[in-house]
Amino acid sequence: MLEQQLINALSLGSVYALFALGFTLVFGVLGVINLSHGAIFMLGSYAALLLVQQLALPLWLAMLAAMVVSGLIGLIVDYLVLKPLRARNAPHLSPMIATIGVAIMLTNLAQGLFGAENKRFPAGTIPEQSMTLGNVHITAVQIGIVAISFALMMVLLVVMRRTQLGRALRAIAESPKAAYLLGINVEGLFYLTSFAAAALGGAAGVLVGLSFNAISPFMGQPMLHKGIAVIILGGMGDIRGALIGGLFLGFAEVLTVAYVSSDFRDAVAFGLLFLILLVRPSGMFGKVLERKA
Amino acid sequence: MLEWWDGFWATYNTVVFSIGVNAMLALSIYLTLSCGLLSLANAAFMGIGAYTAAMITMNSGLPFPVALIAGGMLPALVAVVIGIPTLRLSGVYLAMATLGFGEVVRVIVLNLEITGGPMGINGIPQKTEWWHILLILLVTLYVLARLRRSKVGRAFEAIKADEVAARLMGVNVPRYKLLAFVLGAVIAGLAGGLNAHYTFTIGANNYAFENAVDILTMAVFGGTSNLVGPVIGGTVLTLLPELLRGLNQYRLAVNGLILILVILYLPKGMWDPRRIRAFWKRTKAGKIA
Repeated sequence: MLEQQLINALSLGSVYALFALGFTLVFGVLGVINLSHGAIFMLGSYAALLLVQQLALPLWLAMLAAMVVSGLIGLIVDYLVLKPLRARNAPHLSPMIATIGVAIMLTNLAQGLFGAENKRFPAGTIPEQSMTLGNVHITAVQIGIVAISFALMMVLLVVMRRTQLGRALRAIAESPKAAYLLGINVEGLFYLTSFAAAALGGAAGVLVGLSFNAISPFMGQPMLHKGIAVIILGGMGDIRGALIGGLFLGFAEVLTVAYVSSDFRDAVAFGLLFLILLVRPSGMFGKVLERKA
Repeated sequence: MLEWWDGFWATYNTVVFSIGVNAMLALSIYLTLSCGLLSLANAAFMGIGAYTAAMITMNSGLPFPVALIAGGMLPALVAVVIGIPTLRLSGVYLAMATLGFGEVVRVIVLNLEITGGPMGINGIPQKTEWWHILLILLVTLYVLARLRRSKVGRAFEAIKADEVAARLMGVNVPRYKLLAFVLGAVIAGLAGGLNAHYTFTIGANNYAFENAVDILTMAVFGGTSNLVGPVIGGTVLTLLPELLRGLNQYRLAVNGLILILVILYLPKGMWDPRRIRAFWKRTKAGKIA
C-alpha cells in the first residue's frame, strides 16, 4: 500500500513544484508576490480544454499552446498592473493587493464565460494506459505529469545556472539597479520572467486538469494556497527550494490522508509552513535572511 | 416616509450592520499596519471571537455583553500565545505565517465537535442591535484616536518608520508589536461576536484566506494613513457589490477592476488628506485666476 501512496505523492508533489516554480521565479526576479498566479494556472487549463474541444488539437500541441496563452496573460498582467507599480517604486503590499484584484477579475470572467460547473476533457483525449508493477498501479497520466514537470524544472535550472540569460536574471534578483548599470535590459527580462512564470503556471494547470479530469474557475485559489506554502517551505525565490518544497508537500499531504485523516489534508500545508517559519524564518533551504527593519 | 424606511431597513439592515463590522475589521488591521506589521491573522481572530460569543449565547444563559466581551478576550489570549514567537518575523514572512495560522484555525474549527464541525453553528439568536455596532465602533475609533497621540502611538510610528532606530531610541520593540497585535485581535474578535449575532449562522469557511485578504483590502483601499481611511474602505467595499448588483454575474470582475485601479492611481488609498488638501488648493487657485 505504501508504494502506491508514494507514487501518488510523487505525481501530486511534482505538480505542486511546477506551480510553485513560476511563483518563486517571479518573487526571486521581480520581488513581487503575484497572487494572480492561481488564476493564470486555471486559465491555462481552460485554454488546453478549448483547444482540444474546438480545434481538435492533439493533447501535446494543446498543452504547448496553453502555455503560450497563459504566458501572454502573464505578460499582459505584468504590463498593465505590475509595471506601473515598479515605475513608482510602490511598497510590496501594493502589487500583492493589485494582483488579488487581477485574480478576482479573471476568476469571475472565467465563471461568466465558461460556467461555474466542472468541465471535462472529451472522452478519448486523456491516455488511458496504465501499468502494474507488483502491487503498484501507475497511470500514463501520472508518468506524463512527473516527466513533464521534471523536464520543465530541469530546463529552468539549467537556464538559470548555466546561461548568460540566467546570469542576467540572477543579477537582477540581486539588485535591479546594479544590473541596469551593467547594461542588462532589466525591463525586458522582467517581461520575459512574467511570461515564463505564467507559462509554467499554465502547464501545471493543464496537468492538474488532466489528472483530475475536472476543470473549474475555482481551481486556482486552493492551488495558490499550496503554492504559497511551498515557496515558504523551500525559501522564497529559491528554485531548488520550490522543487523540494513541492515534493515535500505532496508527500506530506498524501501520507496524512493515508495514515492520519483526510480531514486534516488542508491543514498540512499551512501547519507545516507555520512550524517551519517559527523555527527557520527563511524556509527549510533559504539563506538566513538579513533583517530589514 | 416611515413606511419607506421600514421597507428599506427590513431589506438592507444586514448591509448596514456589515458596514459597521467591516469598518471595525479594517481598523483592526490598520492598527497592526500602523506598527509596521503586515499581519493577516485578523480573519482568524474574528472567527475565534464569533465562535466564542455564539457558543456562550447558545450554551449558557449569560447575557449578550458577557458573550461579546469573551469574544474579544479569547482572541487576545490566542494572540499573546502565537504573537510572542511569530512577531519576530518581518514583512512578507509575517504575512505568510499569520495566513498559515489562520488556515490552521479554520481546519481545527472544521474538525472539532463543539464548534459544529463543517455544519458550523446555526440558529444563533439575533441579539445585535444597530446601536451596539455604532457604539463599539465609536469607542474603537475614540480609543485608537487617543492612542495615536499617546506615547504608545508614537512608539508604533517609530517602529513603522525604522525598527532599528526605534530600538536604539529605547523603544521596547517586541512589547509594542505584541500590544498592537493583541489590540488588533480584540477589535477583530468583537467584530466577529457582533457579526455572529445578526447573521444567524456561522461556519469555519467564513474566516478563511479570502476573508483575511478582504480585510486587508478594505484597509488599503480606504487608506491607512489615518483612522478615516479604513472606515471609508470598509464602507465602500461593503456597498460596492450591492451597488454593482445590476451587473449580475460580472460584478466581481468589476470589483476586482476597481481594486486594481485604486492601487494604481490612488496609492495612498481613497482617503489621503494630503491629496485632498492639494485638490482644494488647486480648485481655489483656479477660481481666483
